[in-house]
Amino acid sequence: MWIEWTIATKFLHEGKVQSTLILVGIAVGVAVIVFLTALITGLQSNIINRTLGTQAHIKVQPTEERNRILPPATGIVQLVLEDKRAQRLRSINNWQQVRDVLDTLPRVTAVSPVISGPAFARRSEALQSVVLVGIDAPRYQRIIPIQNDIVAGVFRIGAGDAVIGKQLAADLGLRVGDKLRLDGGQQRESVVNVAGIFELGVRELDARYVYLEMKQAQSLLNLPGAATIIDVTVDDIFDAQAVAARITRLTGLKAESWMETNAQLMNALRSQSLSTQMISAFVALSVALGIASVLSVSVIQRTREIGILRAMGTTRQQMLRVFLIQGALFGLAGSLLGGLAGYGLVGAFNTFGPKLFYIPVNPWLLVAATGLAMVTGILSAAVPARRAASLDPVEAIRHV
Amino acid sequence: MSEHDASQEVMRLQGLRKSYNVGKPTEVEVLHGLDLRLQRRDFAALVGASGSGKSTLLNVIGLLDRPTAGELFLLAEPTQSMDDARRTELRGSAIGFVFQFHHLIQAFTTLENVLMPLMVATGKPTREQIDRARGLLAQVGLEGLEQRKPDQLSGGQQQRVAVARALVTHPALLLADEPTGNLDSKSATEVFQLFRNFNREFGCAVLLVTHDSRMSEQCDRTIMLVDGNIESDEALG
Ligand SMILES: Nc1ncnc2c1ncn2[C@@H]1O[C@H](COP(=O)(O)OP(=O)(O)OP(=O)(O)O)[C@@H](O)[C@H]1O
Ligand SMILES: [Mg+2]
Repeated sequence: MWIEWTIATKFLHEGKVQSTLILVGIAVGVAVIVFLTALITGLQSNIINRTLGTQAHIKVQPTEERNRILPPATGIVQLVLEDKRAQRLRSINNWQQVRDVLDTLPRVTAVSPVISGPAFARRSEALQSVVLVGIDAPRYQRIIPIQNDIVAGVFRIGAGDAVIGKQLAADLGLRVGDKLRLDGGQQRESVVNVAGIFELGVRELDARYVYLEMKQAQSLLNLPGAATIIDVTVDDIFDAQAVAARITRLTGLKAESWMETNAQLMNALRSQSLSTQMISAFVALSVALGIASVLSVSVIQRTREIGILRAMGTTRQQMLRVFLIQGALFGLAGSLLGGLAGYGLVGAFNTFGPKLFYIPVNPWLLVAATGLAMVTGILSAAVPARRAASLDPVEAIRHV
Repeated sequence: MSEHDASQEVMRLQGLRKSYNVGKPTEVEVLHGLDLRLQRRDFAALVGASGSGKSTLLNVIGLLDRPTAGELFLLAEPTQSMDDARRTELRGSAIGFVFQFHHLIQAFTTLENVLMPLMVATGKPTREQIDRARGLLAQVGLEGLEQRKPDQLSGGQQQRVAVARALVTHPALLLADEPTGNLDSKSATEVFQLFRNFNREFGCAVLLVTHDSRMSEQCDRTIMLVDGNIESDEALG
C-alpha cells in the first residue's frame, strides 16, 4: 500500500490547482450538509422540547367505554344503529398498582398519577371554566418541572392551596394570596388559596389549569381515591411509542405516546427531515460527480505516466488503488474542511443569528460526515480508477 | 564481474507473429514468424526501415504487448500462457525499458524515479536499495542531482536517469527503443557508452533499436528487420 499511497499523494500534490478546486467544491458541499443537518436537528429538537416541556411522553388512561352488543343468534341478521357512548370521567382501576408496575419498567424515568376533570372557577361575578389537575407534587414535577415556571408566589399545593395559570389569574383578577372558589358541579364547592401563579407559555394551559392536591381534586370531581391519567416519561423520547405499546400490553390500559398525541406535528417534522435528506443526497451526488470527473480527467492526463508505471511492473490492482486512494483523500480532506466550515456556520448562527433557538454542536455529525465522504470519494473514484487499471500499457506509452 | 553465465539464454522467439486489429477489416500482420535468440552477453542493434516492425517487436519482447502466434521464452520460461499478473511481475523483475522520450514521472525526484521499479515491487525502499540507486546515478554522471525534478534536467540528463531506472532491478534484458533519437551526438555517445558498460558489468543483454549507423556499427550484433522478417542477423568484429 505504501507505494500506492506515495504515488497518489504525489499526483495530488502535482495537480495542486485541480486538487484545490475540487477540495473547495467538496468542502462547500459538506459544509452545506453539516450546517443544514445541524440546523434542522436543532430546530426540531427545539420544537419537540417545547412541546414536551408541558406534556408527558406517554399518557395512560382507562380504555374507552363501548356499547356491549350481544351477538345475534345464528341465522339471524341483526341491523344495529349504534350511538357511541359518552365517555364519563372514570378512574383507572387499581391505579396505585399500575403506578408501581410502571415504576419498575425499563426506559421509564418518571411516573405521575393525575386526576383531572372540568370545573368552574369563580370570583365574585366572574366565572371561568377550568381544568382541575390533582397531582402528587414530587412525582408530577419530575414530568413537568412546573416550579421553574412560577412567576409569582411559590409552587405549593395541599391544605387548601392551589397554583393557577397566569392567564386565569389575569382573567379573574387574582393575585397570590387571593381566594378562589372552585365548583365541581352538583354542589361540590370549595374555596382555595392562590399560592402561586405559573406561566408555561401555552395559552390553553395558562388559562385553564388549576393545580390541586390529589385528594381535593378527587372530592371536587366526586371520584374519591381516583386517578384518571398516569403521566409517564421515558429516557429516549423516540422510544415513547414502543414503551406505550408495552404498557398497553402489560396493563390493558390505553397508552398514548406524545407522537400520537401530536401526530400533525410529527408529520410536519418528518416531511421537513425528508426534504433535508433529499437536499443532502443531491448535494452529495454532485460532490461525487465532481470527484469522479476530476479523477477521470486526471486519468486521461496521466495516461502516459500510467503506461510507464505499468512498464516498470506496476500491477493493475496497484494502479486501481492509486486512484481509489485519491478519491478517499478528496473525501477525507474535503469533508474535514467542510465540516469545520459547517461548524463555523453553526457558531455564527448561534452568535449572530436570530437567536430563536440554539443549534447544539454534535461532534458525531463531523465523524459521520467524514466517514460518508470518504466512502463517497472511493465510490466516485471507482469508475476512473478502473479505467486507469485497464489501460493497455502499449497504448498508454504511445499516448502523447 | 558478472555472476551470470554469459552464454545463458535470456530470450528466445519461436515463429513469433504479431497482427494488429485482429478480426477487423483493417487486420494487418506486422511480424511474420520470427525466430531469434539472445544471450546474456549479447549487445545487439535492431535496425530496419521505418514501419518494419522494430517497436512492435520490442513491445512484444518486453511483455507490453501479446504476440498473435508463436512463443516467447523469457529466461527459458514460455510466456504465452501467463496471466496478466505474472507477466507484470516478470516484466518488472527481468526487463528494463528505455524509450525514445525519457518517460520520467514528473511528480517524483530523480532518485525516486530511479527507485520506482523497486518501490513498485517491494514498497518503501531499503537503505541498500537507495544506495544502489545513488550508485547508478553516480555511474551515469548525475551525482548531486538526486533531488531534482525531471523538468529541471536537460534531455540528455533525463535519458541517463531513464537508463539508471531501467538498470536498478538488475534486469536480464534491457530493451531500448531509439534511446538516443532525441539527443545531441555528445549525449547520444554518453548514453550508448552506458549501455556498453552495463552489458559488461551486469551481464545484461541489450537490444537496442537505432537508426544511427555509427551506433549500430559499434554493437556486437546487428539484427535487420525488413517488412516484419529478419533479413539478416550478423555478428560484427
Ligand atoms: N497500433 C497499431 N495499429 C495498427 N497498426 C500498427 C499499430 N502500431 C504499428 N502499426 C503498424 O505496424 C507496422 C510496424 O510499426 P512499428 O511501430 O513497429 O515500426 P517501427 O519499425 O518501429 O518504425 P519506426 O522506425 O518509424 O519507429 C507499421 O506499418 C505500423 O503502421
Ligand atoms: Mg518505432
